[in-house]
Amino acid sequence: MAHEEIDKVTGVATTGHEWDGIKELNNPLPRWWLWVFYATIVFAVGYVFVYPAVPLVSGYTTGLLGHSQRASALADAEAGKAARAEIGQGLAEASLDQIKADPKMLEFAMAQGKAAFGDNCAPCHGSGATGSRGYPNLQDDDWLWGGTLDDIHTTITVGIRSTSEDTRVNDMPRFGDDGLLDAKQIRDVAGFVLSLSGGSVQGADVAAGKEIFAENCTSCHGDDAKGSHELGAPNLTDHIWLYGGDEASVINTITHAHRGVMPTWGGKLDPVTIKSLAVYVHDLGGGT
Amino acid sequence: MRVDENVTAGGDSYYAAARKNYPAAVSGRLRTIKWSVLIITLGIYYFLPFIRWDRGPDAPGQAVLIDMAGRKAYFFGIEIWPQEVYYLTGLLVLASIALFLMNAVAGRIWCGYLCPQTVWTDLYFAVERWIEGDRRDRILMDRAPMSAGKLARKAVKHLIWLLIAVGTGGAWVLYFGDAPTIIKDTFTGNAAPIVYIWIGLLTFTTYSLAGFMREQVCLYMCPWPRIQAALTDEWALNVTYRTDRGEPRMSVRTGQRAKAAGAAVGDCIDCKACVQVCPTGVDIREGLQLGCIQCGLCIDACDTVMKKVGREPGLIGYDTDMNIARRAEGKPPIYRIVRPRTVLYAALIVIIGAVMAYALANRAFQGVSVLHDRNPLYVGLSDGGVRNGYTVRLINKRQEARHFALTVSGLPAGFAIEAQGVPSAAGKPVVDVPADTTREVRVLVMVPGGAALPASTPIEFYIVDTDNGEKASASDFFRAPPPN
Repeated sequence: MAHEEIDKVTGVATTGHEWDGIKELNNPLPRWWLWVFYATIVFAVGYVFVYPAVPLVSGYTTGLLGHSQRASALADAEAGKAARAEIGQGLAEASLDQIKADPKMLEFAMAQGKAAFGDNCAPCHGSGATGSRGYPNLQDDDWLWGGTLDDIHTTITVGIRSTSEDTRVNDMPRFGDDGLLDAKQIRDVAGFVLSLSGGSVQGADVAAGKEIFAENCTSCHGDDAKGSHELGAPNLTDHIWLYGGDEASVINTITHAHRGVMPTWGGKLDPVTIKSLAVYVHDLGGGT
Repeated sequence: MRVDENVTAGGDSYYAAARKNYPAAVSGRLRTIKWSVLIITLGIYYFLPFIRWDRGPDAPGQAVLIDMAGRKAYFFGIEIWPQEVYYLTGLLVLASIALFLMNAVAGRIWCGYLCPQTVWTDLYFAVERWIEGDRRDRILMDRAPMSAGKLARKAVKHLIWLLIAVGTGGAWVLYFGDAPTIIKDTFTGNAAPIVYIWIGLLTFTTYSLAGFMREQVCLYMCPWPRIQAALTDEWALNVTYRTDRGEPRMSVRTGQRAKAAGAAVGDCIDCKACVQVCPTGVDIREGLQLGCIQCGLCIDACDTVMKKVGREPGLIGYDTDMNIARRAEGKPPIYRIVRPRTVLYAALIVIIGAVMAYALANRAFQGVSVLHDRNPLYVGLSDGGVRNGYTVRLINKRQEARHFALTVSGLPAGFAIEAQGVPSAAGKPVVDVPADTTREVRVLVMVPGGAALPASTPIEFYIVDTDNGEKASASDFFRAPPPN
């Protein structure tokens, strides 16, 4: 740059660059600014050698430190597992009531139970555990096989009509399909059953239905029709109906019977997870 | 001074080395104020963490503390929780308006007296003068070839600078934990890595910014000179060379000759004392400029010289360009501190300050927040009733454990409320919340069958301290199946 021209207005030298009569002034930047720029270049070069940086045809340069986000994420996961193993050991040895009474174990069990529920139970029972037709709502206060911690733990372990040898099982007869009751009798007994919770069935003789109920249903559902947790027989006097509480649904249930299946989780999930699930599910309904 | 004059032009280069300043020692009224401000501000910074404040056995006993792990900030009798961060916002708003007010009254007095960059740089200059001597000695020493004596002086200077820098970082970390414990742990090597990282970081910034960057920070890095230029007006007092009195400048002897010849003579004797004492190296006689931090040291320097040559002091002073023009026209100068701009700023400070003080004095020491379950929104019960689940967080800001009775209003009679794992008294869960913390409980609200409920009922949760009746409430909804 041999060019030397001083701008008349500012008294500052120009760079000699000119566009359409507009000249660029040379107001020099402090040199430390330039050094900062060089420092960033040095940093960038160092970074390329130390950290993964350059993509190759297959793979990439790994850098001197061998850093990998995937590896560090896996290490974090391993560390988490190790931390969980310790408290998990405590859970394995503790009884369900002890877990419920210990705030630290309870917090762990609830967290693990929630995650395990989402993975294993939500497909049928729903992510909010409210179930759907044929799949029990686990949030309410009505339990087919009992709602205590131990009852829930057993149900999860052995399942219902599952492949487990110890499975919970019962047989609701197919009163219509197997010719045990005729259509009129079914209508009458449905009328009686619905009358227990304030409903009615058109054209049903409730008194006749009561007698049919006493002969055919009380062995499982009980004299008071309140069902039995031991037998998994539903309470027919409340407002909760697994397969629908309207006239048609109840008649359909008596005629064909439903035999829902829940898998056994005993061999599939580890004992600690099952305990956590029991605690979590128990807590959903308020722990009654 | 234009920015480019601060650098020695490197010929045709687009870059130039920064010119090193050798500000001379000066004494006077403004220098005394500056020393006092330096001692007070640094005194506060270094010693505030050591002040103790008794808050009871379970709370930290440090007057000013930012407890990151506990997520609380303490300032003497005031304790701020994260959700009350708006007090900090209010404080920052107040600080900005105070800065605007300062600027409207007397320009960049923040820059000249209070800015940490100014205060620490001033301290570093003082050390430099103490070890290496005044301006002349320092210039000569820097020009001289390296010798044992020069090396020793430089080494001692940098050592003291580094000690100050370490102290700066060392004091910073004391605000984030118990000061005596941190000091002990730091020296015995037991402190957390983050303590050493912060000390190192602030050692580096203090040493480099106050020792080497100095006025470059103000010229190239700080946004405030640019912002304040947009905020100022013609009434704001600025360090001003009174050209009406000073020009034409000439030496005392030339002045005598000129006077004898009947020519105009200014009071400025062109001794350059004002330039030599300037910490940013500007020539104030060129007028108001970006590089001037308005510390007023040139005023002290000029007054000293004026006294020596038997002229009136005040050739440089806090004044306005408008007054220079007025005096040149023979009119008296006008000073107007009280004007709409300053009144507005002052009023804003008073209003915001009053609102904050009121809010702080009347803030509740308990609180409740409620989160309705999302899935499911409601649960049908066997008796035909409906149940809703909520996550309720109770907040206790007092330094003692408290018991809160939890109730809900807005629901038909017969409803029940229970909190999981919490005992109830007279149908109301009574939640124990330990001192100075929050507690989350899961709450179930049941409405029995037969009650005709709309799909959504607005309800209100209340917590009432069972001992003194202090209350807090939060709104939410009770959901039910849509009526057919």
